[in-house]
Order: sequence, then C-alpha cells, then structure tokens
Amino acid sequence: MKKKYLFWISVFSLLVSACAKEPAPPQTPDSTAEPRTLTIMTHDSFAVSEEIILAFQEEHHIKLSFLEIGDTGTAVNKAALAKDAPLADLFYGVDNTFLSRALDEGIFEAYHSPLLAEIPEKFQLDPDHYALPVDYGDVCLNYDRAYFADHNLSPPENLGDLLLPEYRGLLVVENPATSSPGLSFLFATIGHFGESGYLEFWQGLVDNDLAVVNDWETAYYTEFTRWGGTRPIVVSYSSSPPFELIYAEEPMEAPPTAAVIGDGACFRQIEFVGILAGTKNRDLAETFIDFMLSPTFQEDIPLQMYVFPVNSNAQLEPTFTQFLAVPENPVILDPGDIASRRESWIHAWTELVLR
Amino acid sequence: MKKTRLTILLWIAPLTFLALFYFYPLGSILGLSFSRGENGLMGPLLEAVSSASVRRVLGFTIWQAALSTVLTLVVGLPGAYLFARYDFRGKSTLRALTGLPFVMPTLVVAAGFNALLGPTGWVNSALMTLFDLPTPPISFINTFGAIIAAHVFYNTTIVLRMVGDFWSHIDPRLGQAADSLGANAWARTRHITLPLLAPVISAAALLIFIFDFTSFGVVLVLGGPRFATLEVEIFYQTISLFNLPLAAVLSLLQLACTLALTMIYTRLAANLSRPLKMRSSKGTQKKISTWRGRLISGMIIGYLLVFLTTPLLALAARSVVSLETDRTREGELVPGPTLAFYRELSINRRESLFYSPPTTAIAISLGYASATVVLALAFGLPAAWALARDRESRFNKLLDPILMLPLGTSAVTLGLGFIVALNRPPLDLRASPLLIPIAHTLVAFPFVVRSLVPALQSIQPRLRGAAAILGASPRQVTRHIDLPIVGRALLVAATFAFTISIGEFGASSLISRPEYPTVPVMIYRFLSRPGALNYGQALALSTILMAVAVGGMLAIERLRVADVGEF
Repeated sequence: MKKKYLFWISVFSLLVSACAKEPAPPQTPDSTAEPRTLTIMTHDSFAVSEEIILAFQEEHHIKLSFLEIGDTGTAVNKAALAKDAPLADLFYGVDNTFLSRALDEGIFEAYHSPLLAEIPEKFQLDPDHYALPVDYGDVCLNYDRAYFADHNLSPPENLGDLLLPEYRGLLVVENPATSSPGLSFLFATIGHFGESGYLEFWQGLVDNDLAVVNDWETAYYTEFTRWGGTRPIVVSYSSSPPFELIYAEEPMEAPPTAAVIGDGACFRQIEFVGILAGTKNRDLAETFIDFMLSPTFQEDIPLQMYVFPVNSNAQLEPTFTQFLAVPENPVILDPGDIASRRESWIHAWTELVLR
Repeated sequence: MKKTRLTILLWIAPLTFLALFYFYPLGSILGLSFSRGENGLMGPLLEAVSSASVRRVLGFTIWQAALSTVLTLVVGLPGAYLFARYDFRGKSTLRALTGLPFVMPTLVVAAGFNALLGPTGWVNSALMTLFDLPTPPISFINTFGAIIAAHVFYNTTIVLRMVGDFWSHIDPRLGQAADSLGANAWARTRHITLPLLAPVISAAALLIFIFDFTSFGVVLVLGGPRFATLEVEIFYQTISLFNLPLAAVLSLLQLACTLALTMIYTRLAANLSRPLKMRSSKGTQKKISTWRGRLISGMIIGYLLVFLTTPLLALAARSVVSLETDRTREGELVPGPTLAFYRELSINRRESLFYSPPTTAIAISLGYASATVVLALAFGLPAAWALARDRESRFNKLLDPILMLPLGTSAVTLGLGFIVALNRPPLDLRASPLLIPIAHTLVAFPFVVRSLVPALQSIQPRLRGAAAILGASPRQVTRHIDLPIVGRALLVAATFAFTISIGEFGASSLISRPEYPTVPVMIYRFLSRPGALNYGQALALSTILMAVAVGGMLAIERLRVADVGEF
C-alpha cells in the first residue's frame, strides 16, 4: 500500500517537474556570439516549414520566437491593448476585415519594403505601408460534387442562383457575428448586390430555407453533405477543394468538392504583417518582413496555411494549381467601410435572418 | 481572538493569489475599458440597461441555467445514491467514465452528439430505416434542447462526485431508525436524507448554475445563432466589435449575478449544514446482493452509461472507422476499420515548424494538469479550512462569496486583463507557460473549496476537543481527525482540478507557444481544416484525450489519501 502511494507521489512530482521545465522564452543577451531573438506574434492558424525557418535563422544569425494569440480578431485586440508594452516585434495575421482597427489603434510602424515592388497594387490596401500584404484567400461557396451528380442537378454558378427553387434547403452559412468566413460571405453579398440590395437577397435565402450555424466547423463537418449532413452547399474557402484532395484518406483523382467562383461570388481576405510600434529590434524585423515577402517564404505559404502568396514571382505547387479555382473578380471592400459599417451590417443581417 | 488570527493567517496565501492573478488583471481591464468610452461607466451602463436585447439575453441566460441545473440534479442524484450506498466491481472505472464529459472540449462533444443524434447520426438513421421515414425525425443540433442536454451531460459528474462523496459518509442507521419507526421511503427521503444532504446539494447546484450561467462553447456550437448567453454577447462585443466599454458592463453584470447568487447561497448554507457523525464509506456501503438492489443499481448504471458515454463512444468508434465516402467512385464503398488516423498523428506531413507528436501534447497537458492540481489544492485547502472552522466570523462571511467570482467571470475579459496587467517585470507573465496553470487554477479554485468545505464543516468540534484534551498536538489532530475525514473530499477536489485543466481550451483567451500545444489545442487545429485526414486526426486525438483523462482520474483515485487511518 505504502509503495503504491510513493509510486504515485513520484509520478506526480515527475509530471510537475516536467511542467516546470517547460522552456521559458530564451532571453538572449545582446552579444555578437549569441543570436538576437526576434519575436513574432500571430494567430492560431499560422504554420511554416521548419526547413526555411532554420535556414533563415542560420543565414541571418537570428533566433525566431513565435507567439500564438487566438484567432485574428482576438490577436488584433490583444496587440491593441498591449500597445504600451508590445508582446512582440512583429505581428503577422491581421486581415482586411480587421485592418482598420489595427491601423486606427496605431499598433504598427511604417516600413516600405523593397519587396513590395513584386506585389500587385490591389493587395496593398494600406498606402502608407504600416501593414504589408503577405497572403490572400477567398471565401466562396463550396458544393458537394457527388450530391449534384446523384440528383442530376447542376451546381449554382453565382449567388443569384441560390434563390432558385431547385436549390431550396441546400445551403448552410455561418453567422457573421461569430465566424470569420460567415462575415466574409456577408461582405461578398454586400459587394455583389450593393448596400441597397443585399438584404433583399438574404430575405430570398431565408424564404428558400437557409440554414445558419455559428462556426465553420459545424457548417463543414456537421451540416455539409460531404461530412454526413443534409446540405450540399456550404460557405468555405476556395482552397478547401484542393485540400480535400491532398488530405484525403485514400488517393483521389479529383476533389470531391468544388468552389463557386462566379464574378462577385467570393470575398477576398488579405492578411498583413506589420512591425509593432516601439520594437527594439527594428532592423531584424525588417529583415524578417523582407523574408516573408520573398519567394522562398511565399511559396511555402499554400501548403502550410491554406492561403495564397501575394508575390507575383512565387510559384504554386502543381496539385494546387490543377484543382484550385481562383475567382477572377472577388469582392474587395474598403477596410475603412468595413470598420465603420461592420456593426450596422451585422445588426441588420441578424434582425432579418435570425429573428 | 486567537481563533480569528489563525483564520486570517489561513487566508493570506489564497487571497494573495486571487489578488495578483484575478482582481488585479480584472480591475485593470475594466478600468481601461471604461476609459476608452466617451462617457466612462455611465454611457455603456445606460446603453446596457435600456437595451431590450441585453435584457432578453440576461433573461435567457438565467432561464437556461436554472433549467439545466434542476435537470442535472434530477439526473445526478440517483447516481449519487448508487455511488454512496453500494460497493460494486468497476465502481471507480464507472466514476471515471462519468467524469469524461467534463474533460471534453465543446467542439468534440458537439461532434459526438452529431454522430449520435445528427441528421445522419445513428439514431435518426435507425428510426428512418425502421419506420420508413423520408426525413430525419429528430432534429437536435442548434435547438434549445441541445443546450440543456449538453449542460446536463457536462455537469452530472459534479453531482455524482460532490453529493455522492458526502452521502457515503452519512450513517445509514439514521434512515434505518426512521424505517423502524414506521416511515415509508418518501418520508425517510424527505425528513432524513434530503435535510442531511442539503448543504452539499446546494453547493453542487451553485457550481452547476454558475457554470451554465457563463456557458459559452455549448451555446455557441450546439445552441446555434438563435441563442445567446451573456458570455456569448461579451465575446461578440469584444472580439467582433471591440466595444470594450459595453463588454465591460456586461462582464460586471455577469459578475453581479454570480455574487448575488453566491450570497443567497451563503446565507442558506449557514442554516443548512450541521455537524454530523461522519462515517467511513466502508461502513455505509453494501454489496449489491438483493434482487431489488440489482434492479435499481442496474437501471442507474445503465442510464448513466447511456446518457454520459454514448456520444463519446460514438466519437471513439468513428476514429477507428474509415471516413471516406467517396461517392465519385463506382460502387458502394463499405467503411472498414482503420488505424490510419492514429498513424497520421505521428507524421509531420507538412514538415511544419510547429508539428508536435501526440506524446508531446499529452505530456504538456499532463504537466499543466498536475501543476493545476498542486496550485488549486495549495490555495484551496487553506481557504476551505478557514471558511469551515469559523462560520460566524465576519471576515469569512465577507470572503466566502468572493471565492466564487472567478467561475462567474468572462474568460474573454479576464484573458485581456492578463495582457494589460501582467505586462511588467517581475510579473511579465503574458507569454509565460506558467500563466496557463494559473488560469486553470482560478477556475478549479471554487470547485476545490466547495468540495472541501462541507466535509471540513462536518467534523464535530467535540472530536477535536476530545483529541486535544487527550494530549494530541494540533498536528496530530490534523493527521488523525481532519485528514481521514477530508481525505476523500481532497480526492474529489484534486479530480476536479485535473479534469478542468486537461480539457480546457485556453488558446482563445491566453497566449501560447505554438510548438508546445496541449491536446485540446491540437484537436482544434485539426478540426479547423478541411479534409478526411484532418477530421480523422481530430477524432483520434479526442479519443486519446479520453483515455488520458480516464487514466488520470483512476490514478488520482488510487492515491488513496482517504485510507490513511480509517475511522
């Protein structure tokens, strides 16, 4: 009995010490021998290949340290609240739906990177370069190809089609108040039908038996027919179909889903990086931003984060380009409008669709 | 006088902890929030009070919490009776299994309910085949019923553990005496059992109510967009709109409700608890020997297992079955058994910098959970002791309700509080791994205190006095009188701290290092990506989390502090 007791005590203390040993962020002294540390705060979907980061650290004699701080909205709020004592040197991951908040709060220092020359104007939403574009992704309707084949139904080609009687009860969307793709889809309808017409469109969707859930996970993995639900059209990303292919259980010849990419059917999310105001490592931060905008990092983005590079010189993987439908004319709204109208748009949508 | 001094001494550590990691961050973020508004506190306060939607949200929050609490008690009390009065094989395993829901992250539980009750879940599929129905007869996801069912599912273990433990120490002879005096079962329950259990039932009910009152994930995921609690509204105002002044007012409203409720409870509890002659559970429990006993216990075990474990079993089953429903190919595809998802967990397919094998995540989760157990007991025990030893003290009366506050506090608000308050050395803990067990401890703290106080209060002062007169030193009194009586309650408290920590998904409110994820954080990472392998890995990892949690709970039971000297 006593032995058992001792055994558990020792297991316990081992666990505690294992926890205590959890590496504290290394504080490297500023000497020529030790590499200096650059801290990057980012949202919870950030991912990157180990190889290119190790090579970068080696080449520039920098130690990179990453901090994960929740989803995009949470991350922006935290950066804003920590303005006086910044959490990091860089913040990567603010998107155009939150860009104005970040700029208004003044969390960034401007940096005109030479690499911006390789990035098309349309991505550079901040003309003063406080926030520099890194990647983009499109929020689009996805449909289950097998469902439409089985039912001899042609899939919708644009938003207006969703009002047709044959698509009754087929669509599930996410709540714009709680979900990032849900909000982006609301923006797509505002861009597509205009401020005067989008509510009428949503009324039509409600009349055509629309389903609304709060998060992407529930929409995709519960309601979507591909994963056991009853609705074959879902709001997701244009990159979801190639990922269904890449992360299939058994190799497939073509993705089981496809994206609807008609003109103005998708909303483009662009993600930005910026140097946090007050950093003591401005030189390192600039080096890292240049790296992020360079083809090496840019080409690594798609398979790590499911979004696309903004640098025109970056090449995409063949698997990706083969099945990836990139919308030619996605909706892009002015970040200032998004900031000032967000609340009233969501409010009007909620009153109409949920009450 | 000496009595008061010890009480104050006992309070020093827990209060310092709360002051540093609760009141200071909370005060900072509330202050900052109001300073961002144009009219300070008054503007958003008036906005909230005059808003019909805030009133509606508040009303709904109270109503669903009350209903969930009552139903949780109804479901849990027969189970508590079973655990209190019967000794049977597999009891600790059953107890650990019924604690599983408490550990599981909401999205995982939602996936489990969906596998069972979703549009193409087992139940609907069976009913459709059986009665030849064209559409699924049961709609569960995104209904009011789903919220209530999930709350009962999550919190029944609180009743089983807290009430079951206390009940097992009550002398069954009291009931037998009533029987021999001619009382029927109803009269016995009403006049003997319930009054004796009242303090612990009300303590459990309070915890459950506050848990449901601040419910976030369940309402968001299972309830869907037509339902919102205060916590959901605080999240929306903070994250989506960055309207910090209004969010702060709503946080304060939520805190005020928690405080009011706890004060009512404290007042009630003072009249409820009485020193009992606590008996070792060995003396109060019997083997199941009669047919009647078998029938009753069989029924209780049956419904506990069906209700509390089937959604999770459905999930575990899916993790070992091929998910692929590739209907683009010819012919029917029969899903076969597979371990592909488990294998995939150990493959760094993307060669990602932040890839960690499941063993790392398990080790990190266990490390945080152990630290939480140690911290929660270290601060909870003195607080519980102080509360129990002198109920009449004004000091205690003031502090008691305050202990419950962390449980009633918005996680979103407090998470931001850590950012603005703990930002200067020596307390720059914003990105420190220590902050995670500290945050978990804040949630576990009230559970630890509430589990311990009823047991500590039930120690008869005469017993201590007698020991002292016989020459026992205070330490001996603790060792031979107090510890055996509270030993079991300590285990209950430790289990709560462990389960709260291991299932908690803190990434949304805290800052973490992506190379060191906990198991729930990894589950969420997989779940937020499209593709069979990602979904499958989330299911596999959830199943691993269940196994780790059951293992942990059984290990704590084995510690057997309770048996140091049976009495």
